[in-house]
Amino acid sequence: MSLELKNIEKKVGIETHIHSTSLKLEKNTINVLLGSTLAGKTTLMQIMAGLDKPTSGEIWFNDENVTGKEVQKRNCSMVYQQFINYPNFTVFENIASPLKITGVKTDEIKKRVGKVAELLKLSAMLQKKPDELSGGQQQRTALARALVKDSDLILLDEPLANLDFKLREELREELPKLFEDRDCIVVYATTEPLDALMIGGNTATLLEGNVIQYGKTLDVYNKPNNLTSAKVFSDPPMNIAEIIKTGDTFKLADNNVQWKSNVQIKDGKYKIGIRPHNITTYKEGSNSVEINGKVLISELSGSESLIHFTNGNLNWVSLSNGIQQKNIGEDTKLHMNVNEFLYFDQNNRLVNHG
Amino acid sequence: MNKTFNQKAWFFVIPVFVLVAFNAAVPLMTVVNYSFQETFGSNVFAWEGTRWFKEILHSERFHASLGRQVIFTFIILLIQLPLGIGIALTMPKKGWGVPVCLILMSMPLLIPWNVVGAMWNIFALPDIGFLGNSLNTLGFDYNFTQQSGDAWFTTILMDVWHWTSLVVLLSYAGLNSIQPAYYQAAEIDGASRWDIFRYIELPKMKKVLTLAILLRFMDSFMIYTEPFVLTGGGPGNATNFLSLDLVKMALGQFDLGPAAAMSLIYFLIVLLICWVFYSIMMRDEARS
Repeated sequence: MSLELKNIEKKVGIETHIHSTSLKLEKNTINVLLGSTLAGKTTLMQIMAGLDKPTSGEIWFNDENVTGKEVQKRNCSMVYQQFINYPNFTVFENIASPLKITGVKTDEIKKRVGKVAELLKLSAMLQKKPDELSGGQQQRTALARALVKDSDLILLDEPLANLDFKLREELREELPKLFEDRDCIVVYATTEPLDALMIGGNTATLLEGNVIQYGKTLDVYNKPNNLTSAKVFSDPPMNIAEIIKTGDTFKLADNNVQWKSNVQIKDGKYKIGIRPHNITTYKEGSNSVEINGKVLISELSGSESLIHFTNGNLNWVSLSNGIQQKNIGEDTKLHMNVNEFLYFDQNNRLVNHG
Repeated sequence: MNKTFNQKAWFFVIPVFVLVAFNAAVPLMTVVNYSFQETFGSNVFAWEGTRWFKEILHSERFHASLGRQVIFTFIILLIQLPLGIGIALTMPKKGWGVPVCLILMSMPLLIPWNVVGAMWNIFALPDIGFLGNSLNTLGFDYNFTQQSGDAWFTTILMDVWHWTSLVVLLSYAGLNSIQPAYYQAAEIDGASRWDIFRYIELPKMKKVLTLAILLRFMDSFMIYTEPFVLTGGGPGNATNFLSLDLVKMALGQFDLGPAAAMSLIYFLIVLLICWVFYSIMMRDEARS
C-alpha cells in the first residue's frame, strides 16, 4: 500500500496554491506535513483525500490512478482542527455513522464502536451529545469516527490546534500509539515543529506551496537540505548569520566573534544556522565560543529561559535550561555550541553540520 | 466577605421604569380600564365586571375570526418555512451572486406594508390587474373581491411574497455559519445530500429557525395593514382576521368595552403562545 503524488499542481485563478509536488507515502507510516499557515498543508491533504482535484498531475493509490475518483469511493477519513461531529447524534451514533452508511451489521457496529471508544477513553460518554463534552472529548469523538472504519488513509488536519495546552500534550502522546498496529497511511498536518518531533515518522517541510524536504523526521531535523527547510523546522526561530572561513578559523562576518573548527569545507563565505538551544548562558559541548549581547527580551517559562539579544546588526535568540534571570538592556555573555552548527553555502544548501 | 447593601442602585433603573410605564403600562391599563366598564362617551363609566370578557369568549364572531386567524397563520408558516429554507439552500455562497440575491431578497421587506397591500390589490384586480387578468384569460374564474377562496389565495400569496424573504435571510445566515469542514466530513463518510441536510444543516439552523417561526408567528397572527388594504376583510367576512375584526368593533361600532376585552384576550393568546414557544426553546437550550 502506498500513496503517491506525481507532479501535483494546484492553481486557483492566477494564484498557485501548490507548486509541482511529488511525494510518495508508504504503508504503515505517519507522515507529518510541517509548515506555517497558508503553506499548502490543507490543500495537499484535500487533494490526497479527493475532496479537491489537482490542476495537473496524478495521484496513485497502490497501483491505481485515483486522480478523479470521488472521495466517497475512496477509503479515507479525516479529522479537522475544528471539532467536527454530527450535532444531534450521541457520541455512539457519531462514531457509528461511517459504519452505518456502509451498511455494517448492528452487532458488528456495537463491537467496533466499543473497541474504539475504549481506546480513546470515551466509553463513559457514549450516550452524551457532542456539545455536552469538553473540547478534548469532542476531538476524541472525531478521532474515533476516523479510526472506526478501517481507512487506508487517515488525514489529520491540525487536530490539536484548538485544544488547550494540557489536553494537547495528552492527546499528542497518545496519537502515535493509536496508529501503531494499523494497516494505513497517516498524514498529520501541523504548524509546530515540536508536534513533528514528538510524533516521529516522516516529515515533509512545506513553505508557500512547495514541499521543501521529505524524509525521516529526525533526518530532516538534524540534516535539513537547505536553509528554508531548517527555518520551517525550528521553533523558536533559527539564528542565521554570515561567516567567513579561512583555514581552520571561522569568523562571523559582521564582528570579531571567531572560533576554530575542523569542519571540512572550502574557504569562503557561508551562512550558519544555530538553533536557539545551542546558544546558552552556560558552556555546553566540547567546543564552544563566546558571544556578547545586549538583552532585548527575556522570557522565563520555568524550565527554560528564552533570551533575545542583539549582537552586531543581528537579533539572536537563545534558549537555556532553568531560570536565567536577565534584565532588559543588560550586557551579557552567551556560549554557542560549535559542534551543532549547520553550514549552508551561498545558495542556501546544507554543506556540513556539526 | 461582607456584602454591602446599597439601595441607591435602584435609581439607575428608574428611567427604564418611566419609559416602560409610558409606552406600555399606561396604555395597557387604559384598555384594562375600558374592558371592565361600559362607557357612553363624554367620560361616563359604568362598572360591568367580567361581562365583556364572557360575551367575547362566547361570541361566534370572535370564534370565527380567531379560527380564520389560526388557519391563516398555520398556512403561511407551512408555506414560508420550507420555501424559505429551500431558497436559502439554493442561494450562492460566494461570488457576485451573493449581493445580488441578498438585495433581491430584502426588497419585499423594505416596502411599506400598506404599499404592499395596495400593490397586490391593483396587481390582482380581475379586470385590469396583471395577475387577475392573466388568470381570467387562462380560463380561471378568478375574482378576489367576490369569491372567498380567491381572496384567501391572494392574501396568502401576498404574505408569502412579502415575508418569505425573512425566513430566507435567517436560514441563509444560519447556513453560512456552518464550517465547510462539516460538509467535507460528511462527504468523506459518504453521506447523501439528504443526510447532510437532515443531520448537519437542519440541526445547525435550529436556532435561527426557531427565531424565524417565532417572528413569523407573531407577525402573521397580528396581521392588519396588508389585508386591510387588499380585501378589507371581505368578501363578507371571509378574510376578517382578528385585528381587522378588533378595529371594526372598536372604531367602526365604537363598542369600546367589548373591544377592550377582545384586545386583552387577543394579547394574552399571543403572549401565551410565545411564552410556550420560548420555554420549549429555552428548555432545549438548557439541555444541551
